[in-house]
Amino acid sequence: MLNKINLEVFHNEILGIIGPAASGKTTFLRSLNRLNDLRPGSRVEGTIEIDGQDIYAPEVSVVELRRRLGMVFATPVPLPRSIYENVIFGNRLAGMRNKHELDDLVERSLEQVGLWGEVADRLDSSACKLSGGQQQRLCIARILALRPEFILLDEPTSGLDPISTMKIEDSLNRLKKDYSIILVTNNTKQAARVADRTAFFLSGELIEIGPSDKIFTAPANPKTNDYVSGRFG
Amino acid sequence: MYFNPRIEQKIVRTVLWLFTFITVAILVFIVVFILRKGLPVVNWEFLSRNPLDMGKAGGVFSTIVGTIALTLMALVVATPLGVGTAIFLTEYTFENRLTRIIRFGAECLAGIPSIIFGLFGFILFVTKLKFGWSILSGGLTLAFMILPTIIRTSEEAIRSVPESYRQVSFSLGSTKWQTVSRVVLPSALPGIVTGVILSIGRSIGETAAVIFTAGSVLRLPSSIFSSSRTMAVHFYILAREGISMPMAYGTAAILVIAILVINLATYYLMEKFIRRYS
Repeated sequence: MLNKINLEVFHNEILGIIGPAASGKTTFLRSLNRLNDLRPGSRVEGTIEIDGQDIYAPEVSVVELRRRLGMVFATPVPLPRSIYENVIFGNRLAGMRNKHELDDLVERSLEQVGLWGEVADRLDSSACKLSGGQQQRLCIARILALRPEFILLDEPTSGLDPISTMKIEDSLNRLKKDYSIILVTNNTKQAARVADRTAFFLSGELIEIGPSDKIFTAPANPKTNDYVSGRFG
Repeated sequence: MYFNPRIEQKIVRTVLWLFTFITVAILVFIVVFILRKGLPVVNWEFLSRNPLDMGKAGGVFSTIVGTIALTLMALVVATPLGVGTAIFLTEYTFENRLTRIIRFGAECLAGIPSIIFGLFGFILFVTKLKFGWSILSGGLTLAFMILPTIIRTSEEAIRSVPESYRQVSFSLGSTKWQTVSRVVLPSALPGIVTGVILSIGRSIGETAAVIFTAGSVLRLPSSIFSSSRTMAVHFYILAREGISMPMAYGTAAILVIAILVINLATYYLMEKFIRRYS
């Protein structure tokens, strides 16, 4: 249940979304790529627009929309296929067949998340055999292969070790020059490290949004202050 | 009453071991008993020649063909129907009263004795639809009989595919059917196949449902409208009418071996498939 959320996402920025569990961060993210449609009894009021186009308008193709908003989930979910097939899964769905293009795409996408060097010699082996951190970067590569406009990340490093987390944060910093990134995280320090702006959610409401420096040092709302300083959450 | 937990542990362990042993022993006993009685008459002649003189002499070739034809017929009809129903129940509807009724119906169907299916098949296919005693009638009857098993096991298999696979697939821009066909079904396949193997076992071993619908003609069937005798029916008739016990056991031995081979082959293929996909 979300309420009173009004925010804008700019091009080429990382927008961090922080907030305690059940504050609506994930629900917000899932309403952007309309993954919430799949839940029985979900209902949407208000509008979400991309470049002025309402994404809940009846003429919008949900399939197309989801390709424009790549999503990475909290736990890495490699599909039970080879590394290669995982990367181009979305492209195959879209009907891409040219072997050369696909090969290129695999290399470039894996390169972008710094995984190419680690897996180039075993693209045909199962993606499930990669480590957790590698799997999560594979998941990012998988959405990059679709060349989305937005990257939605739902606590992408919650199950990962600090080194894997660092690698993913590095990738995000490199990626933001080409993409708009929304990073939901329950690790406030992560938002402070990588987000240009940060939004604070609480009980399904947007409490405050602003440049990360300001949110983490001088928030306007006392609730934000309490959360980022660790008084609750 | 108080037991020392360590002694209790030992007793439970022994009892459970004994239960397992008894189960395996019974199984081994049956298989060994049948093979010992049956294998002496089994040779190439027995496998490759048709029965002569009501089955007293000759082989069992036509009954092998009949069994395979009926089982295939049943699978060809029941697998798409059953798997399709399971896909619909799990992926295309939310749990509601209707799905519960369908599931309840399928479960009731699973509990009906096979001879009732035989009678039903006789009335509907053999007489009403005028298919006569034929592989078609028998196969359709068997299909109805194994349908609940296939629906149930497929449903379980599809349900156990992690929800996250579907989420990922949808988030990458797949349609419902793309998700089902490229992600859900490949992952559910081992479970679905297990259900199909169970059904094959039931079809191969079935007598009551088949004898009423496919008949018991010993001739080699020439089309799906031919009447045919399956190995199980052949065994039943040979034993029941006292035609030839050695021949009966020979047939039984082949039945047992066939089921073993089918199971082994499928598990081998399954292993290979799983290794490729995960």
